[in-house]
Amino acid sequence: MTVVQHMNDPLSDSSGKTAPGRRAPRLFSFLQAHPEAVSLLLLVLICASVAAINPAFLQPSSLIDMGRASVVTGLFALGVFTVLASGGIDVSFPAVGAVAMYGISTLVLNVFPDMPMALIILLCVGVGVLLGAVNGVLVHELRAPALIVTIGTLYVFRGVLLVFVGTVWLMELPPQMVAFGQWSLIDITTSSGVTVSLPVYFLSLPLAGVLTWFVLNRTLMGRAIFAVGGKADVADRLGYNLRAVHVFAFAFAGGLAGMAGAIQASANRMANPFDFAGTEIIVIAAVILGGARITGGTGSVLGTVIGVLLVTVVNNVLVLVGIPSTWQRVVVGAFILLAAAFFVLRDRKTNI
Amino acid sequence: MRRDANLLVLCVLSVVLLALGGLVSDGAFLSPFNLQSMATQVPEIGLLAIGVMLAMCAGNGGIDLSGIANANMSGVAAGIVAISLFDATEAPALFTLTFALGCMIVGLLAGILNGIIISRFNITPILATLGTQMLFTGVAVVLSDGRSLTIGAPDPLYALGNGVVFGLPISFLIFVAIGIALAAVLRLTPYGMRLMLTGANPKAAVYSGFRGVRIITTTYAISGLLAGIAGIIIAARNVNVKWDYGTSYLLVAILIAVMAGVRPQGGHGRVVNVILAAVVLQLLSSLLNFIGLSNFVRDLAWGILLLCFLAVARFDLINQIAAFAPSRRLPRAAE
Repeated sequence: MTVVQHMNDPLSDSSGKTAPGRRAPRLFSFLQAHPEAVSLLLLVLICASVAAINPAFLQPSSLIDMGRASVVTGLFALGVFTVLASGGIDVSFPAVGAVAMYGISTLVLNVFPDMPMALIILLCVGVGVLLGAVNGVLVHELRAPALIVTIGTLYVFRGVLLVFVGTVWLMELPPQMVAFGQWSLIDITTSSGVTVSLPVYFLSLPLAGVLTWFVLNRTLMGRAIFAVGGKADVADRLGYNLRAVHVFAFAFAGGLAGMAGAIQASANRMANPFDFAGTEIIVIAAVILGGARITGGTGSVLGTVIGVLLVTVVNNVLVLVGIPSTWQRVVVGAFILLAAAFFVLRDRKTNI
Repeated sequence: MRRDANLLVLCVLSVVLLALGGLVSDGAFLSPFNLQSMATQVPEIGLLAIGVMLAMCAGNGGIDLSGIANANMSGVAAGIVAISLFDATEAPALFTLTFALGCMIVGLLAGILNGIIISRFNITPILATLGTQMLFTGVAVVLSDGRSLTIGAPDPLYALGNGVVFGLPISFLIFVAIGIALAAVLRLTPYGMRLMLTGANPKAAVYSGFRGVRIITTTYAISGLLAGIAGIIIAARNVNVKWDYGTSYLLVAILIAVMAGVRPQGGHGRVVNVILAAVVLQLLSSLLNFIGLSNFVRDLAWGILLLCFLAVARFDLINQIAAFAPSRRLPRAAE
């Protein structure tokens, strides 16, 4: 079987081909199997040097800030990773998240003000799954590059939201959503007397991570996703249902985006229909830095989380060490190109 | 040679839209002033769309996502150089020349960078141009410190963006001239032939001894050059250049290419169709404006249009309908 799944079979095919006993090839083959190790190294390096330059970085408050900032990006990234693994790409998730967030908030405010929070989250996820499934069906039926199809649905979803639902910021969210956003897991009082808290919604990221890991590595659907992403025509001949795989991967990503929407609204205590616009590139960058190949079939949940942390840290620490925030894009863009170049090197070595 | 059904549809569409606009607005839509103002809006997005088309034609998932970022970076970089070298009011001609040359050089270099990354390092075009898009935007932000840069309106530059010759805007004429030149290059030169063949079947192209690296690099270089020229026109029309100008252009450029019947899988695309598709889209956009609909409706319409044209391409609807229509040119097999 030609399915490449670097996560579960470290060293299996590459170490046999390189000369055993020499150190450099072994290190290289380790990196081939675990590309996210490079990102992890980079993350540790950045954190260490920033901590050395500005110790304020290691304060609980700034760490918690970063944890909070990574939740929404992380949920989006796990969804995009699933789609990338299946051989597609999704850029419509910001619109999916915005539709779920704003649509459900409007519904709750105007029709069911007493709706329990669990149901609100469930509805947001439901809206996301539905829109994601639309993406999946379109990508499968139109046989066009997923990038182009999801650019189209990005505009359609956002257009429907802004034309038919509303364009006004909702500043007064229902109390149960506000309470959920402030529900604290850990409270830490800093030396200066300010209390920072790690909110409960932060747990959604590890939960979603475990769920994604389980789906991709412990279910037949996960097997099928990597198979289709590795080589779609071969997977088709082996009897995998391409349509089901595409719809599932996009619906899963949509569901996670919907959840991200619910969390964003609760955390910010308002629903802004223009939210998330422009986040797609940074999220895709995070997934790529986490070791997923943009052509599909590879990647790991752990790598994706590392990628998200790396991007979040880069976004937050540049200012701390005195680099103007204007450089942020240059740094992330350079990281993407470096990561891409590294993966190409990796593939070349495997193919020889 | 097969009839180009797509070209026919685009021609019919533009006539229908013009007629509809005339009807809705009691003729104001067809006034020379309105036609001119529409024509001045086409070139910048049209040039970017031709760039996307070239990248798509190269096949292998080819796409250029860095177009508008490149145009903005070119405008900012060349603007800084031109401002530091010449005073816009004292030496307007030299200023314009420096600015225009600077834009083209920066755009071309950025395009070559794209091409080298894609062809030499074998990085998937989506990923490569996504990375360079961030890089170019980032460079523009750093150079301009995140603010908009005032280029000013020295005469030759202003004329480039807003001037009129024989009732036609100069920028539109430049756009059409570039389009014709490129169409000739694609149809008449070995490069054009090789580009389309590479896109149609990359493997066969390799075994035929085509120099893939050179073809791909040239293609993205041209795309970059076009983005640089778009940068000149943007500056000429808006007086300012800014790193985040035209954020929706990325979608619109792809939409125009898909509407023009360019196959995203590669190997087929005509410049004429891209020019016409850009015109059709501008007509539609102005028409929606005339009716008084918001920009959100326009964005929604763009999204729906993109999906519809993908469906048309997927199921080959145009040719299927054409097959039902009676035509003397179809051979009659039964008789």
